[in-house]
Amino acid sequence: MMKVLKRSYLALILAFLYLPIVVLVIQSFNAGSSRAVWEGFSLRWYGELFRNKNIMDALYVTVSIAILAAFFSTILGSLAAIGIHAMKKRPQAFMMTLTNLPMTMPDIVTGISLMLLFIFTKVQRGYWTMLLAHITFNTPYVILSVMPKLKQMNSHAYEAALDLGATPVYALFHVILPEIKPGIITGALMAFTLSLDDFTVSYFTTSPLVQNLSTLIYSEARRGIKPTMNALSALMFILLLVLLLIVNRRTKEPQA
Amino acid sequence: MEEQRLITLENISKEFDGNTVLDNINLYIRKNEFLTLLGPSGCGKTTTLRIIGGFETADTGKVIFDGKEINDVPPYKRRVNTVFQKYALFPHLNVRDNIAFGLKIKKMPKQEINKRVDKMLDLVNLSGYGKRSVDSLSGGQQQRIAIARALVNEPEVLLLDEPLGALDLKLRKEMQLELKSMQQRLGITFIYVTHDQEEALTMSDTIVVMHGGHIQQIGTPKTIYDEPKNAFVANFIGESNIFKGTMVRDELVEFCGQQFVCVDSGFGENAPVDVVVRPEDVMLVGEDIGQVTGVIRSVLFKGVHYEMMIDTGNCVWKVHSTTMQPEGSRVGLNVVPFNIHIMHPMKEA
Repeated sequence: MMKVLKRSYLALILAFLYLPIVVLVIQSFNAGSSRAVWEGFSLRWYGELFRNKNIMDALYVTVSIAILAAFFSTILGSLAAIGIHAMKKRPQAFMMTLTNLPMTMPDIVTGISLMLLFIFTKVQRGYWTMLLAHITFNTPYVILSVMPKLKQMNSHAYEAALDLGATPVYALFHVILPEIKPGIITGALMAFTLSLDDFTVSYFTTSPLVQNLSTLIYSEARRGIKPTMNALSALMFILLLVLLLIVNRRTKEPQA
Repeated sequence: MEEQRLITLENISKEFDGNTVLDNINLYIRKNEFLTLLGPSGCGKTTTLRIIGGFETADTGKVIFDGKEINDVPPYKRRVNTVFQKYALFPHLNVRDNIAFGLKIKKMPKQEINKRVDKMLDLVNLSGYGKRSVDSLSGGQQQRIAIARALVNEPEVLLLDEPLGALDLKLRKEMQLELKSMQQRLGITFIYVTHDQEEALTMSDTIVVMHGGHIQQIGTPKTIYDEPKNAFVANFIGESNIFKGTMVRDELVEFCGQQFVCVDSGFGENAPVDVVVRPEDVMLVGEDIGQVTGVIRSVLFKGVHYEMMIDTGNCVWKVHSTTMQPEGSRVGLNVVPFNIHIMHPMKEA
């Protein structure tokens, strides 16, 4: 009896969480444009999706910004982590608080403050400001995923490299980076994922002329949701799901 | 030749956050000697080693290597190599690449590297382990890889920071002998840091006893054991009875309410002194013929010998003996003059 109760409780929670997405995915294959009536299976909306120039532009913006933002925030974050790790205890704790703060801050605050900064400095908002914003909110996540790897490292490994004749730069590339590589890759994947599905920050830091998928869906939705949006959302969901599975697997096995 | 000074430390002092870790250290290390820095944790021995290795810089003083001051020479340009406390092997490299690390930096030809690495693996009895990952090795094996990785660069000086600390007793004893014979065969200067006095006595040519950032005594293992300079050294090296006493005149000392003939002189008359008597140098005799008599308070079995605490009224003596006397019995104690060691009293820190 208890077992049945436990099972159904779990089923209920999962249903609440995933039923909307399941409905969305099913609807994306609906041949008709009605949201209430099933008119047969079709890939029609997927086809239209790829013929829609607005959507394809937004896709390009989304993916290119995700790649660039992941790339730069990974470099920034990894170097920052190495630097913070080398600090003494108190400045290190201070820097880690500074790192954690932006992550706990609501996205809307990050978004609005970045927007104000760009307006204040008279920087024209668009593709590059959105990229800068994404690098900004990604970097703490990279620091956070690299830090544990640095902590795990034998504290004398770097000194051992110097002792054997390595210059500090050689030691960085041949001892420290190989040791923390798993953390760096996890951080990069995380940054890519976060950037890919960001709406709030992007919304405030771009101009109406440069849209990523999230902001495009939002502005389309105000004019009524078209079935192509179902298809697009379904695709984004699956892509993010795959990325998340990879990140989770990496964090579970430290050896990866 | 024997006196050639390879490394000299001159007036070295070092502070960490306002705590003095080293206070005016003066020390020289001869070529080809096995020198041990010995002391309890926090005595400054590791800091001294790190200053020689170049990982710390002294606040004041000079480090002189082969006649040249090397204070500002970074570690990667010093002709010394270090074996770190927890090995600090590179886990992303296999055994062979760990050992070859230093040689690759020197851009040595591949064949030469392979030849030298094989020779080193042979030296540390791990031939055939080259392809293994370092994580798959036992503590003792990792230790030997760390030694091989340092020695393959043919350093003039090998620095070892408590290299055997993480090994169990039996393995540690084996490695002590192995290290000592390696040092003699290769003719390399070893500077060895440990808190284990037995290890220091077994392996060293010279022992430097450190405490509280000061050097307490420098000498051969035998001198340090037989003629400790002060109560700290006597206490740290082996077990000892240390009594407060008075030098009545040359070769006569009074302690524990009794006068004893000794062999030391030059302390002046009626001078306060510390007196050391090793527990194994006290002989248990009949009550009637002892220099002092006392009651046995406790008896502990220690394997080779029994350790007895004997109360002689105003002193408690620790005595090691292979024969046991029952607790509570009265016994006499004798010490021959040669085994009474007189020291100047320690300045109160």
